[in-house]
Amino acid sequence: MPDLLNRILRRRRGAPALSCQELVELVTDYFEDALTPADRARFEAHIAVCEGCTMYLRQMREMLEVLGELTPDSISPQAESELLAAFREWKGREPA
Amino acid sequence: MADDRALVERLKAGDEQAFMDLVVRWSPSMLRVARMYVPSAAVAEEVVQETWLGALQGIDRFEGRSSLRTWVFSILVNRARTRGERERRTIPFAALAREESEGEFAAVDPDRFVRAGDAVGAWAAPPVRWWEEPERALASAEAVDRIESEIAKLPELQRLVITMRDVEGLSSEEVRSALEISETNQRVLLHRARSKVRAGLEDYYANA
Repeated sequence: MPDLLNRILRRRRGAPALSCQELVELVTDYFEDALTPADRARFEAHIAVCEGCTMYLRQMREMLEVLGELTPDSISPQAESELLAAFREWKGREPA
Repeated sequence: MADDRALVERLKAGDEQAFMDLVVRWSPSMLRVARMYVPSAAVAEEVVQETWLGALQGIDRFEGRSSLRTWVFSILVNRARTRGERERRTIPFAALAREESEGEFAAVDPDRFVRAGDAVGAWAAPPVRWWEEPERALASAEAVDRIESEIAKLPELQRLVITMRDVEGLSSEEVRSALEISETNQRVLLHRARSKVRAGLEDYYANA
């Protein structure tokens, strides 16, 4: 539990540390590199000492990995072969 | 964009493999974007085909100021929009983006956190490891089904953004320019979509 550390950080730096509840709302900004350097530092300081939030980030990363492996729906094989035919025709007309 | 320049040269030289690689790689995202403007999947496919033909015919006009992909997607959006106007459907994405990124949102149920006192906002019920046995892993067929059904439940634009970004691997820049939404909106939509899918998976693992 990071609350003791939070209190210490708050006292030392004057800036409030993040709670877990606040952190989960910043995860996308963190991944997207959209946090200010100060917020990024607070985020990472929290993660360094919080098992729950570390697990949360791990779950997100694992989920993103699987999402990247899903097969997106594509155009039909017929549409593909029509495009190939169109490309050949285009190539034929083009003075290379 | 040095890669783009080489690619364009290969296309101009009539390299079929280069062309078909692009068709295979980009058509899924193009189909999804087109589908936002037109009333049916069949029309969306026609729009994608027309876009490829238009891109070939216009390739001499491609100047490399944007990436090749962004350029192709802008042709796509123009065509899809024209077809959409003709055939009924036009969604102002910016309005939809605002609608889907407004209002209260909690990535995690507030009941999972300490409500009051010194530890307010700390995990009361922290997330746990989802699986120990490999057959329960996220990539298992059942878990993948659950991921897909969670994505299907999302509001339209959140679904589109998470699909384009995380399934198809487009950059935030490409998603923003294809959908003409702000960077902030894009990020909020992505955040909401990812958080909901994660919560759905957590639910799956807690109850499976």
